Amino acid sequence: MILSVENVSLAFGGVKALSEVSFDVREHEIRAIIGPNGAGKSSMLNVINGVYHPQQGKIRFEKFEFSDMDPHRAASLGIARTFQNIALFKGMTVLDNLMTGRNLRMRCNFLQQALWLGPAKREELQNRRAVEEIIDFLEIQHIRKTPVGRLPYGLQKRVELGRALAAEPKMLLLDEPMAGMNLEEKQDMCRFVLDVNDQYGTTLVLIEHDMGVVMDISDRVVVLDYGRKIADGTPEEVRSNQKVIDAYLGVAH
Amino acid sequence: MPIEVIFFIEVLAGGLLAGVMYSLVALGFVLIYKASGVFNFAQGAMVFFAALTFVSLLEMQWNFWLALLVTLAVMVVLGLVTERVVLRPLINQAPITLFMATIGLTFVLEGLSQLVWGSQPHGLELGIPDVPMEWLSQRWNMNISQFDLFAAGVAGVLVAVLAVFFQKTRIGRALRAVADDHQAALAVGIPLQHIWAIVWGVAGFVALVAGLIWGVRNGVQFALTFVALKALPVLLIGGFESIPGAILGGLIIGATEKVAEVYFGPMVGGGIESWFAYVVALLFLLVRPEGLFGEKHIDRV
Amino acid sequence: MLYREAGQFKSSYAEDQQIFPIRQDRIGIGLLLLVAFVVVPLAGNQYWLGAIITPFLIFALAALGLNILTGYAGQLSLGTAAFMAVGAFMAYNFVLRLPWIGVIPAFILAGLCAAAVGIVFGLPSLRIKGFYLAVATLACQFFVLWALQRVPWFTNYSSTGVVTAQQISLLGFAFDSPERKYLFTLAVVAVMALLAKNLMRSETGRAFMAVRDMDIAAAVVGIPMMKTKLLAFAISSFYCGVAGALYAYTYLGTVEPEAFTLDLSFRILFMVIIGGVGSILGSFLGAAFITLFPIFLNLASGWLSHTFGMDISHAVVSNLELMIFGGLIIFFLIVEPLGLARLWQIAKEKLRLWPFPH
Repeated sequence: MILSVENVSLAFGGVKALSEVSFDVREHEIRAIIGPNGAGKSSMLNVINGVYHPQQGKIRFEKFEFSDMDPHRAASLGIARTFQNIALFKGMTVLDNLMTGRNLRMRCNFLQQALWLGPAKREELQNRRAVEEIIDFLEIQHIRKTPVGRLPYGLQKRVELGRALAAEPKMLLLDEPMAGMNLEEKQDMCRFVLDVNDQYGTTLVLIEHDMGVVMDISDRVVVLDYGRKIADGTPEEVRSNQKVIDAYLGVAH
Repeated sequence: MPIEVIFFIEVLAGGLLAGVMYSLVALGFVLIYKASGVFNFAQGAMVFFAALTFVSLLEMQWNFWLALLVTLAVMVVLGLVTERVVLRPLINQAPITLFMATIGLTFVLEGLSQLVWGSQPHGLELGIPDVPMEWLSQRWNMNISQFDLFAAGVAGVLVAVLAVFFQKTRIGRALRAVADDHQAALAVGIPLQHIWAIVWGVAGFVALVAGLIWGVRNGVQFALTFVALKALPVLLIGGFESIPGAILGGLIIGATEKVAEVYFGPMVGGGIESWFAYVVALLFLLVRPEGLFGEKHIDRV
Repeated sequence: MLYREAGQFKSSYAEDQQIFPIRQDRIGIGLLLLVAFVVVPLAGNQYWLGAIITPFLIFALAALGLNILTGYAGQLSLGTAAFMAVGAFMAYNFVLRLPWIGVIPAFILAGLCAAAVGIVFGLPSLRIKGFYLAVATLACQFFVLWALQRVPWFTNYSSTGVVTAQQISLLGFAFDSPERKYLFTLAVVAVMALLAKNLMRSETGRAFMAVRDMDIAAAVVGIPMMKTKLLAFAISSFYCGVAGALYAYTYLGTVEPEAFTLDLSFRILFMVIIGGVGSILGSFLGAAFITLFPIFLNLASGWLSHTFGMDISHAVVSNLELMIFGGLIIFFLIVEPLGLARLWQIAKEKLRLWPFPH
């Protein structure tokens, strides 16, 4: 059990985004969160990551228990994530974006960096080497010096994944990593996601709308609707669950 | 009433009325920001340009009302040209870019004003003397200037008219839509160029009024451009998008600045009015980052 | 054909990370430094050195400082002149009260004082952004100037509020002539520019740019918001402080508050906008432009009145200067928001292909 969400409720003013949601994530597994639009999936990731603070409930990550996380601390604990609307640094190149993912591993202070003497130079090159491995892995060598703002959507998503991977996280939160992609791009992304899980053993929590993808790659699935959990289990169990079918078909309740 | 209290009331009243004058300038900023999302740093230069044009026409023996009308027309034209040359090419750029463009505009206007009209200071008379109101000075031994009260009255009327305009009329609604989202406003068929022309025209009118009031107070000279700088703390407190906020912010800044100047100034060598308003606004912002009536920004990720 | 990269392969990441990866660029910068350090002081006339080139270098340094804060870290600041003033006044006081300290340590300490002021006035950036922050920096500008004028300790209780800058000397070598002041300024600016370049392409620079581009994403990636923003203010103010000290010591010769008004803050901001935000080279290009442009304008108006017999008054010229500056700001923002530095880059791209069209 690497992550455990306990009774989390989140509200914005009068709007209840999440109501008493509880589920857990096992280490090394691929957990999908699915549900109709507005079900609270992104909010759930934002709570885990500390961008939103729930009014009620706790998150347990490894040995730590918190209800009031902040994103910076989440990053230092080993949680990385990508965003639905791509949160890349548009003014920087692909390489620089990926390098920002390594910032928690860079120990040299600014004076050393300004002088570019031994330690700073060594550290930069070391981290460059690590980032180049990810560039190879994601097959983005040809665009490493391109400013990110100029890349097509699909490649930007890949770069964002790269930045998250650069941090060598224990747990990766992916918010619709395949949104807006064509079939070929989706297949590539699936391959990367599975490889990350295989090779690095990273636990993955992903939000995804494409049912085919969810059924294929996830180990277990959580289904949210109107901020509540309505199903939790393997893809097969969830697929045949009547409540899930009703939610997606929009049956009144 | 004891003399200290009377003095305090005079100081306070002076401060409040000065604050009203700040609000007049701030109003121009709010109008443009509300309607186009642009923070128009050139508002001070516009005040200066309007006042200078008006005064120069008067000195060329033009009729008062004619000069007023012509100046107003000039300001409207200025607004149109600005919209066409500066704003339209920069649609949908970051707000900071537009802000810096208005800084450029400030310099253009400052240079233009002096190129056309010269750089000597001018005096200005509007027919209302800057003397204490007799009724107050005789009854209660208080000196509060007639002119200040007149200015306050003008500002009050202006604010009321503008507030109604924005809330109740169709054009006002369209303006608010444009401020919110240019693209969306275009998508629903709001004629963006016309709207901006109207707004800058109205802002030009407000600048003219402010310019006249300040011109009587301080004379029409280059230093008038700096009134814009005084209006900025007002905007920080009142929020950039609120007309009542501009008034309230102005009153707060005017009062605190005057009181501090008179009571605390001598303790630290005087001259604190150059920065006091800013520090007040800064402290206020730390408590309420969006100002009194500003809108809270929620970043959606 | 001169500017070909062909045959220049990078076989290590270290080579790839150089400041000037293309050999022709390295040769170019070497030549430039040679000219700057050797040819100019020998060949330059005193007026140009003292009145144009030295202030250009000083403004370039200040623009560099502002670029770090506004261009790289995205925190708009209108208080540049105030930080320069702190540097100038504190340098004066250190040299005055600790005469044994030497000029370089005095300047460094002055810079640190400016950095401290920068941190204090940068604290609001943790809560406020954008124009609100810019207006807050105005508070810094006005307050610092007021303090320097009203607190007599800063001017050593001088009755006029203006003090003469002492002569600077290093290990007995006095920098008293325009050539020597120029060389001193050049050395300081060159070193600090190198440090800045190193810094901006390291993790610090990336952190700054991340905060500028999307601060929530920066936090998610693990970049500490407060530390990064305050560091940006500190480093930027340090640079502006040293620039201010140079301004007083190698150019003006006096230390006075009047030299550091809001007008100067705007001038430096214009240098950054026109030269190119987020670019070290841009700071130099912008400073060169703004320093040389009034001279060019004066020459042009002189030529015009000579050729056409028109008498163009000084007032007209200075008003035209204002208008053209303002117009250029707007022009650059519309046409090339990344300024002269980007135009330079585009020119280099074209040069790589020359004489072929594509």
